[in-house]
Amino acid sequence: MATAPPLLEIDNLCIDFGSKRVVDHVSLTVGVGEKVGLVGESGSGKSVTALAILRLLDAATYQGAIRFGADSILTKSERWMRGLRGRDIAMIFQEPMTALDPLYTVGSQIGEVLEVHEGVRPNAARARSIELLRRTGIPEPERRIDAFPHQLSGGQRQRAMIAMALACRPKLLIADEPTTALDATVQAQILALLDDLQREFGMAILFITHDLALVRRFTHRVGVMELGKLVESGPTETVFTQPHHPYTKRLLNSRAERQVEPIGADAPIVLAARDVRVTFTRSEGWFRHSNFIAVGGVTLELRSGETVGIVGESGSGKTTLGMAMLGLQSMSAGDVLINGQSLAEADRELLRKFRRRIQVVFQDPFASLNPRMTINQILEEGLAWHMPELSDAERRKRVLAALAEVGLGAAGGLEDVLDRYPHQFSGGQRQRIAIARAVVIEPEILVLDEPTSALDVSVQKQVLTLLAGLQKRHGMSYIFISHDLSVIRAMAHRMLVMKDGLVVEQGECEAVIRQPQMPYTRALLQAVSYAGELDVPPTALGATP
Amino acid sequence: MSASPAIVTQAARASAVIEARTPWRRAWERFKRNRVGYYSLWAFLVLLVLAVISPLLANENPLLVHYQGRNYFPIFSNYPETKFGGDFRTPVDWFDPFIKAQLAKDGNWALYTLIRYSPNSVNYNHLESDPAPPSRDHWLGTDPHGRDIVARLLFGFAVSVLFGIALTFVGTLIGVAAGALQGYFGGWVDLTGQRLIDVWNAVPILYILIILAAMFEPSVVLLLFLFAIFGWTTLSDYVRAEFLRNRSLEFVKAARAMGLSHWRIIRRHILPNSMTPVITFMPFRMSEGILGLTALDFLGLGVPSTVPSLGELLRFSKENLDAWWIGVPTFFVLVFTLLLLTFIGDALRDAFDTRKG
Repeated sequence: MATAPPLLEIDNLCIDFGSKRVVDHVSLTVGVGEKVGLVGESGSGKSVTALAILRLLDAATYQGAIRFGADSILTKSERWMRGLRGRDIAMIFQEPMTALDPLYTVGSQIGEVLEVHEGVRPNAARARSIELLRRTGIPEPERRIDAFPHQLSGGQRQRAMIAMALACRPKLLIADEPTTALDATVQAQILALLDDLQREFGMAILFITHDLALVRRFTHRVGVMELGKLVESGPTETVFTQPHHPYTKRLLNSRAERQVEPIGADAPIVLAARDVRVTFTRSEGWFRHSNFIAVGGVTLELRSGETVGIVGESGSGKTTLGMAMLGLQSMSAGDVLINGQSLAEADRELLRKFRRRIQVVFQDPFASLNPRMTINQILEEGLAWHMPELSDAERRKRVLAALAEVGLGAAGGLEDVLDRYPHQFSGGQRQRIAIARAVVIEPEILVLDEPTSALDVSVQKQVLTLLAGLQKRHGMSYIFISHDLSVIRAMAHRMLVMKDGLVVEQGECEAVIRQPQMPYTRALLQAVSYAGELDVPPTALGATP
Repeated sequence: MSASPAIVTQAARASAVIEARTPWRRAWERFKRNRVGYYSLWAFLVLLVLAVISPLLANENPLLVHYQGRNYFPIFSNYPETKFGGDFRTPVDWFDPFIKAQLAKDGNWALYTLIRYSPNSVNYNHLESDPAPPSRDHWLGTDPHGRDIVARLLFGFAVSVLFGIALTFVGTLIGVAAGALQGYFGGWVDLTGQRLIDVWNAVPILYILIILAAMFEPSVVLLLFLFAIFGWTTLSDYVRAEFLRNRSLEFVKAARAMGLSHWRIIRRHILPNSMTPVITFMPFRMSEGILGLTALDFLGLGVPSTVPSLGELLRFSKENLDAWWIGVPTFFVLVFTLLLLTFIGDALRDAFDTRKG
């Protein structure tokens, strides 16, 4: 690549928002037809860098230079930039639902690009749009072209976005987390499509992601960003096999490792779900109702000290099942037994006792803490409710102990934490607080609903280690809900694979991964192993055609 | 980004310098940054204090009378004329030239309020025909009934503003309660509540007021009651929407999983996070109330003439177009009040906008 002049050259780029520097002296080149990855955790400035290439940032001041071919982008007029955007450099975004305009059909949105940049007449634009949609693998493109974004599935929307980006055969495609919002199986398809199209069109791709495994699989060269600085860059394999910068090493090291303690065969069953069914009624018009079966009869047992993983893609009913076991979602049939007592028939007093035994940790650390309560108030509330006999001093002692337990209170910072508000903590810290809130009332069972999905990779591993440690010390049982097979593999004794509200496969975690019996499980494993996240033995996948 | 515990504590120490600011406190600081809104709030508070103490500013009774070596406080109690050398045991008329002469005698003196007229006092010793133009006796002249405009304005402002505050308070209570119930419980409660509100909104409030004004002697309390029972629906819609959104947030689910009671979840977790529209709405609700009362008084359907009101002054000015001293000051008082409230409301809206730092 070094011989030909680069297609895109970012030279000592600095970007400031007011007095805040978000990108600090970043230099990066993308050659013609090259696939370059830009990795980093949230807040590292990778997306800002990408938006700067198209000069799409408002209220930002730039220093340095961005050269596209012979043109210096930062000095051009806005009018000139409009000609560049979408024609020579196109972009696809993370969330295709918000990146497409809900008021126009996909066809008219793709056609618009052609009409604006190439002056194509509407009829011809339509024909070319259909062709583009077909190329991106959307079934029945003649029909889909008149569909509105909400009528397409997530994967189809992203395909439509790609069709739109490719309409003018751009020389450079900027893909900002193009698969993050998609399910694992769809993710693999979209990446394969991008790979094909890149080869066919000979375009360069700047691939922005937080996901190291994807970068390794997908790109020629990679740049690693931390807090606005490009800390390391080079050929992908070199960076992955011989990382130099400590941050890169830490990122590479952050893959979750299996940390599961074996449990005794005589461990008592603490929770048992018996044929749990949850049905939602949707009204259609005045008197018509249709039933949507979210969970269609799930039976599972959880032993003391055990972790049961529930894997599934979005819409598989795994979260609804978790909520039903917590008693937060009413069941239409079946029952949940907690220490042998029925949840469905529990009266108020018994329900209150159940609440103490089974607690929950949610996905989004920004939504799971009340922004108007201090950390002390958040932790104290459950204690005061369930153990009113505690004195103020004892309660405070327990709150401090819980904070120390989740790693927020090492070396004297504890008292200081108590009176602060959630917004003063980072995502990982908030998740620790959410765990402390659940743990402080000493439950026997924790339902973990995607507890690490919203966190950066390096933080993810810490939170998993924390959870494993808590389980070891207190003998808690976990129901671990996740879409991420590698996380489940790291944490769970047994796993259930859910699809459309039903358990399609279950068994010992390793056994399921090594010898999946059902086609759906195999597809899921294949998708994950495409991304390189899991060392799945080839024998497990060999059976698929 | 939290890393190992060591890094966590480091971060904790670094930010220990920043004191823990409550979300309310941060909103207040954002509010203060809006200078116009901040000064408007102060100006409004000063005017509010003036309104509350208006009887001490405009009163036909002197604050203190020193007569023949003794002190009297006519502003607090009525004295018979005989105390001050009169012939009858009737209450003293402080405009009476005879009384004035008595007080002017050696050693006697009286301390008057800033404006020597109560809103309903008529100076029968004033010689000009009413409405009289501004003079030394009446700074802004008199209305058609011979009452002092400055005193009428001051008291009219007080009545309007206190009416607005009371109305906002009652309306907010009802609106928040109704919205909270619908939003939190959803389902049938919500559906029934929404349909009832639809019906309630369809009631033509002006006709009801006209009918009731014909049946009862309109009073401030009656008008307050009528405005309050019809005026809460908009706010309840906002609160309902906030509750619907907030009840599905994870911290509320966590509170439910904790087993807390409905009341506790509403009070501790959802309500404090749903107050933004309530607080932002308040100044606008107040100005609505003030305008509503003024409009009714202007039409003659509002409070009786003994209660000073800005609307009545506007009506007088319409009936006496040549008497500019009635309409112009009233107009400015009204505009100034509404402007202050609008500025305060704008600043509040900005302060509670969560998208701002």
